[in-house]
Amino acid sequence: MKKSLLALALLSAIYGITAPAAYAKDINLLNVSYDPTREFYQDFNKAFAAFWKTKTGDNVIVKTSHGGSGKQARAIIDGLDADVATLALAYDVDQLQEKAKLIPKDWQSRLQNNSSPYTSTIVFLVRKGNPKGIKDWTDLTKSGVSVITPNPKTSGGARWNYLAAWAYAKKQNGGDEAKTKEFVGKLFKNVPVLDTGARGSTTTFVERGIGDVLLAWENEAFLAQKELGVGKFEIVVPSLSILAEPPVTVVDKFAKKHGNEAVAKAYLDYLYTEEGQEIAAKNYYRPTLASVAKKYETQFPKVKLVQIDQEFGGWQKAQKTHFSDGGTFDQIYQK
Amino acid sequence: MTTRKNVLPGFNLSLGYTIFYLSLIVLIPLSAAFIKTTELSLHEFWAVVSTPRVVASYKLTFGASFIAALINAVFGLLTAWVLVRYTFPGKKIIDALVDLPFALPTAVAGIALTAVYSNNGWIGSWLEPHGIKVAFTPLGVVVALTFIGLPFVVRTVQPVLEDLEAETEEAAASLGANRWQTFYKIIFPAVWPALLTGFALAFARAIGEYGSVIFIAGNMPMVSEITPLIIITKLEQYDYAGATAVAVVMLVISFILLFAINGLQWWLSRRNGSAL
Repeated sequence: MKKSLLALALLSAIYGITAPAAYAKDINLLNVSYDPTREFYQDFNKAFAAFWKTKTGDNVIVKTSHGGSGKQARAIIDGLDADVATLALAYDVDQLQEKAKLIPKDWQSRLQNNSSPYTSTIVFLVRKGNPKGIKDWTDLTKSGVSVITPNPKTSGGARWNYLAAWAYAKKQNGGDEAKTKEFVGKLFKNVPVLDTGARGSTTTFVERGIGDVLLAWENEAFLAQKELGVGKFEIVVPSLSILAEPPVTVVDKFAKKHGNEAVAKAYLDYLYTEEGQEIAAKNYYRPTLASVAKKYETQFPKVKLVQIDQEFGGWQKAQKTHFSDGGTFDQIYQK
Repeated sequence: MTTRKNVLPGFNLSLGYTIFYLSLIVLIPLSAAFIKTTELSLHEFWAVVSTPRVVASYKLTFGASFIAALINAVFGLLTAWVLVRYTFPGKKIIDALVDLPFALPTAVAGIALTAVYSNNGWIGSWLEPHGIKVAFTPLGVVVALTFIGLPFVVRTVQPVLEDLEAETEEAAASLGANRWQTFYKIIFPAVWPALLTGFALAFARAIGEYGSVIFIAGNMPMVSEITPLIIITKLEQYDYAGATAVAVVMLVISFILLFAINGLQWWLSRRNGSAL
């Protein structure tokens, strides 16, 4: 064993001397992402490195940083030189353009499906046997039901939760704004703890045992069900939810600075290939490629989904109406 | 005004260096916060810092910090007393334990406290039937702030107590003072300034605390939202100016409070000094 190690070291030393650095380039790529993509990008980065190695012979080392979506976007704006950004919502990516001009205005139309290679949705996670009989959004407003969701002000995921509830209530009340507001207000009166991020809420629900239902990303709900407590939780799919599109983009300014434009673009393109889509599906993200979507059809429950652009007029508008200071979310807590 | 020559050499150099160093480390970053707020007009500034939700958070942050510092002043003094005056097995370990809240990442402290005090935790499950809820209430905020503030009081009072000779207490006793008289006439005046310093440090630390509190607070608007969370929330909406506006208010209040405590301390030590 020792001998072979020594031989290996010698060999690599000789190789190092005889083969100049230009032979196989080492490329460092930084992907700044949001919280629940941790497991997904771990798998995906490995696959991409192998793909790039066979294609060009170069070694790519992809580093991925995770955190709350808004916090990650701010880090990039403040100078964290990410080659690609893969965040929870388009609003955060928009800020890269607005605050720091790091990407062009039309970034979202550069890749297919609004630059979202995988999608997700919001579902309910309830305790085994569903003791409170929760089936749809209306059940969340009943007294005696305790709902866990992070704070929409600090969590991207929670904004999707909020908008999904809003869309349901609006439909139910025939578009009546006041009644919709009342419905969402009643729902949030049932929320005992507002954690700052999606993972925090999952911990509150799973580990602390607080609440009857957790509003969560579908992939996070699957993860909680399969890995945190097998047989302790059930997923309930509401009659209507929202299509969550976590967008990806090359951060042009920084990728150019590193000379990584080509590999950064290839990295994102690879997300759309059959292999990339397969890895996404295995990590409980809904694939967008028809062939892979068909293959994993049974894994993802069918649910009626509204879209942010059609229902809320895009993220900029939704943010302003609902989550800015004095928006509909703040109004819930005003006395 | 005449400049009196100081007996110690190097006054100009060391003062110059002190001011330079303080500027670099403290004043420049703080002034950046002030400058950022100038993006807002006075009217906007006032609107941001006086919304009911923000005002509720000031009350919680300063109120809970004050209570926590008060608790620490009482029990920190007791702890320091025990560590200085008595010898018992395991004393070194207890002495080291006091510093733990210094070293522990505050998020870890927050998660640990929440686990213990939530209604399925060791202490929480025992308090819950008595109608006492700690985790996810303002009471939880006090608990977390008490935890992180303890070492400040113990470590400032301890050396003063160590310097205080046991003989003075014995002398007081032999002159006919009872225990209570010994405490408030002999011990208390000596440790009072140090205790106040410890209180001020614990209080200041508690005001700025974020990591441990957000896990146990529950973060409900108007009820258990601390001011540092309000600042983070504003940053999360890319409202940099609004965030710094709230931060500036916090800074000013903290500065006034600390200044007042320091003034009180100075006044006390002067009064004590002249009485001796």
